Amino acid sequence: MFSGFMVNAWTVASIVAVVAGIVGFFTVLRGSAFAAHALPNGSFAGAAGAILIGVSTLLGLGVFSLGGALTIGLLGRRGRHDVATALTLVAMLALGALFLSFSSEYAPEVYSLLFGEVLGISPNELAPTAILGALCILAVAILYRPLMLSSVLPEVGEARGISGFRMEMLFLTVLALATTMTVPVVGTLLIFSLMIGAPAAARSFTDRPLVAMGLSVAIALLIVWIAIAASYETNYPVGFFVGGGSAVSYTIGRAWAAWNARRRGRGAGMSAGRSGVESEALATGGLPS
Amino acid sequence: MSNFLSPLFASGFFASEAVHIALAVGALVALVTGVVGVFTVMRGQSFAGEAFGDLGTTGGAGAYLVGVGPLWGFVLGNVLAAGAMEAIGVQRARGRDLATGIVLGAGIGLAALFLHLYTTDHSTTGATVTILFGSVFAISSSTLPLIVLLSAIVLAIALTIYRPLLLSSVNAEMASARGIPVRLIGVLYLLALALAAALAAITIGTILSTALLIGPAASALRLTGRPLSALLTAAGIGIGAMWLGIVLAYDSFHWPPVGNGWPVSFFVVTLVFVIYLLSGLPAARRRRQADRIPSASPAAQPARPS
Repeated sequence: MFSGFMVNAWTVASIVAVVAGIVGFFTVLRGSAFAAHALPNGSFAGAAGAILIGVSTLLGLGVFSLGGALTIGLLGRRGRHDVATALTLVAMLALGALFLSFSSEYAPEVYSLLFGEVLGISPNELAPTAILGALCILAVAILYRPLMLSSVLPEVGEARGISGFRMEMLFLTVLALATTMTVPVVGTLLIFSLMIGAPAAARSFTDRPLVAMGLSVAIALLIVWIAIAASYETNYPVGFFVGGGSAVSYTIGRAWAAWNARRRGRGAGMSAGRSGVESEALATGGLPS
Repeated sequence: MSNFLSPLFASGFFASEAVHIALAVGALVALVTGVVGVFTVMRGQSFAGEAFGDLGTTGGAGAYLVGVGPLWGFVLGNVLAAGAMEAIGVQRARGRDLATGIVLGAGIGLAALFLHLYTTDHSTTGATVTILFGSVFAISSSTLPLIVLLSAIVLAIALTIYRPLLLSSVNAEMASARGIPVRLIGVLYLLALALAAALAAITIGTILSTALLIGPAASALRLTGRPLSALLTAAGIGIGAMWLGIVLAYDSFHWPPVGNGWPVSFFVVTLVFVIYLLSGLPAARRRRQADRIPSASPAAQPARPS
């Protein structure tokens, strides 16, 4: 399980989990679950197009996820945000359907793009994944303070000169980057369950942002590792275990939060001022540097 | 007449039975999704609509696995998913996206498993593409009664709860103050949405079904503020996009590069998307005019029809 080609799988999947845990934390904080679903899902079309004209899938994924992020951001500025996301997604997918119909016979590749083929990762996918992952984490580190404030208390952010629209565009760009690197590994349909499940579970356990982010990474790593091991043993698709693991971790988080709330007594500690995330955002989120 | 129209309608268009079925089913489904979609957009539940579409993949793959028609799978999968979302709190606006996302993620995981099992069993992977991207030309006449029945159920639900649903979509607090059972209305609406998404999935494929649900409705709500005319406009746009898409797909049979037709779902979704973009133009023009008046308030999109 740890020899030969499996080493690549473990390494790449671990990078993906770290990035998904960190970017996912902000996804959950901002309530951008739909965008996190739409970008990877829609960028599938880019991969299909890349296969069609014979360039690297990574390039196709990158172009489509960035294009999708910009479209969602711009359309969502005027119209309803969820509508803009939904329509951008289906427009990209429709293109994907068209590309698929042009190139007749590669259904297995479609399947692996959609649902992931972590066990088939080749060594030359290692470098791009690592570079893009590092880029994502760097971007989040630079944007951390203004993004935090703008996500939790948008009005305060605007008052301190942080444009909500610009933050949204920047965040969607980071999301697009994360999408590009993670899609070839876990598939377009499942990266988002990792991005939602792990951070949502982490937030049930702690209210402090940095701790939650670390915990989110840890949970994502755990899910991915278990999924790979289970997939290796059973030969079932890795996506199944990632989706299931995310749901299980979320359920545990919710149960723990509910139990904790009952133990403390209803409403006793809840009404006391701002939540930890909010006060942390206020404390750290100064003017953008 | 037929000579005059021949550039638009390729020969044999009106003689083909597949086209007849496609036109009829397309119109019916566009009507149903247009009506339900207006409420989906007003309630801000596009993500739930999208989730139902994708979860239809799970149901469809399961149906393939046990060997029944995919529509049964779409319906069963979506109704179960509606129950799961309801159970973990899709009604509360806060955390609703998360609840939807978690159910969606788990469902897609299951879909991956079902498709994997199906393809290892049958050593064919065509099922994946058929379920995901669908084709209205592939609907067999034996599915028709079920489609009509489901459409009737959805329309009956929508008409029965029309007024309370409208009020609770626009203003939930006011609705419950007037004694409307907002929770029950929400559950019934979610059921209608699940069934409508299943119908859209059989027509243009599971992962594209959102286009029919959201696109015409969102365009209609940008064009008109009155609920009833929004319903009619949405249905009209949907039917128009559907029919034009079917015509174009039929025409595309001899188009390059491969000469076996472009997918009908591609045309329908692209038309829907273009119509949505165009529907923003009147509002943008009004906004520009408003901007010329110095005292105009910051350009704000009217959030919901009055």
